Amino acid sequence: MATYSTNEFKAGLKIMLDSDPYSIIENEFVKPGKGQAFNRVKVRNLKNGRVIERTFKSGETVEGADVVEIDMQYLYNDGEFWHFMVPDTFEQYQADASAVADAKQWLKEQDMCVVTLWNDAPLSVSPPNFVELAITETDPGLKGDTSGGGGKPATLETGAVVRVPLFVQIGEVIKVDTRSGEYVSRVKE
Amino acid sequence: MDWRPRCAPDVMHKRAEMLMVIRQFFQQRAVLEVETPLLCHATGTDPQLDFFSTQFNYPPDNPRLFLQTSPEFAMKRLLAAGSGCIYQICKAFRNSESGRFHNPEFTILEWYRLGFTLQDLMQEVAELFEQLVLPQRPLQILPPISYQDIFQQATGLDPLNFDLPRWQAFARRENLHEAIEICEQDHALWLDFIFSHVVQPQMKAGCLYRVYHYPAIQSALARIHPENPQLAERFEVFIDGIELGNGFRELTNADEQEQRFEREVAWRRQHRLPEVEKDRRFLAALQTGLPECSGIAIGLDRLLMILLNKTSIDEVLIFPVARA
Repeated sequence: MATYSTNEFKAGLKIMLDSDPYSIIENEFVKPGKGQAFNRVKVRNLKNGRVIERTFKSGETVEGADVVEIDMQYLYNDGEFWHFMVPDTFEQYQADASAVADAKQWLKEQDMCVVTLWNDAPLSVSPPNFVELAITETDPGLKGDTSGGGGKPATLETGAVVRVPLFVQIGEVIKVDTRSGEYVSRVKE
Repeated sequence: MDWRPRCAPDVMHKRAEMLMVIRQFFQQRAVLEVETPLLCHATGTDPQLDFFSTQFNYPPDNPRLFLQTSPEFAMKRLLAAGSGCIYQICKAFRNSESGRFHNPEFTILEWYRLGFTLQDLMQEVAELFEQLVLPQRPLQILPPISYQDIFQQATGLDPLNFDLPRWQAFARRENLHEAIEICEQDHALWLDFIFSHVVQPQMKAGCLYRVYHYPAIQSALARIHPENPQLAERFEVFIDGIELGNGFRELTNADEQEQRFEREVAWRRQHRLPEVEKDRRFLAALQTGLPECSGIAIGLDRLLMILLNKTSIDEVLIFPVARA
């Protein structure tokens, strides 16, 4: 894998730190007029999402991380692994629970996701920003209430639980924003 | 194509206004505006400054010329030649410096005052900043504070007493453990690291700081304090925790200056940095006699950033390096 000098640092660059892959979020060049130059970076650990700050002496080199993001279709879950496929090549990848993490509650078969590969193995999965899922369980709403005020919990076909307006019923399909986990609208079949 | 100016039109007007205020300020004080070459036969030996150099196609020597990293040597030669108090607004160039606060080509205001002590110059800096900043935004001018005091207040460490285990423990506590590998046993490097990572961020916004008496190991071109050899007669200026300028009670001793050059030349060689030669004309001027004086350089692009509350230097440049 390539190495990068601090003067190649920029947002989005993937580097190895303490044996983990990280993505640079911010890079600040710090240099006293009469002193040593540093690069102060904010980086996200691609395994656990944690953000940390780290300083390098300018001119130092850092090992790059072999990390790529690929659009893949979610196929199925076999109980242990979640399977994804690259549509163009039909190449398949299996991701474990730690890679899928919170994304699993939004994964519906055939939906497109972004899978991050590290050394060709899934590291994390990002669901689409919006998903359309059917409600499998929720309290019956009050007849005639279309205000949506208050709301109630609803369980979706993937197991996710979101708050929905009172008028929404079992069997209906709703649109959810996966970034906030919030109900957006009903979807007409 | 990004051919258009990067900064907004009002920024250009504010820059012109800033330059006018500066020129009026020095005119009222009978300080002479001068212009010295940007392209020079010699450059500073400071190992922390990376320069641009080029070849002058002029046989038989085809000499190597440097874009100045600051106008300091040329201006001191003028002072030694009897110019009296002088100031200059010019471009300076520093290679490999680019970031939110750095553009490799930038504008410097540099001035020298004969007979001024460090205190006198700090006072004059405050007067200039009052005129420049107050019409644009509020500014609280804090009394000058010594490097030792501000460092101790921010960290609990004495910058003059390099107690490595304590400094390492401090770095771990502050979640800056990488300092331990980066700085190793280099006192000056530890000072740079801690000052930029811990002290500067603690400076209060909207305040002018003048931090004086830097440790002697960071003396640069400043005179060593006559009563305390641990201190250099150097000060720096900060607003919003951003470094804006660096001032000295100037070193006038030619022998000491030459020794400092030689140490830096040796350091460069040892660290395989591009070699430079001592500036002989500058040393000759010092041997003839630099009058007792104090001088300071201020980065005007950063000052403009602060005046206009901009977060990056690109926002106050017409064509930052990427589109220059």
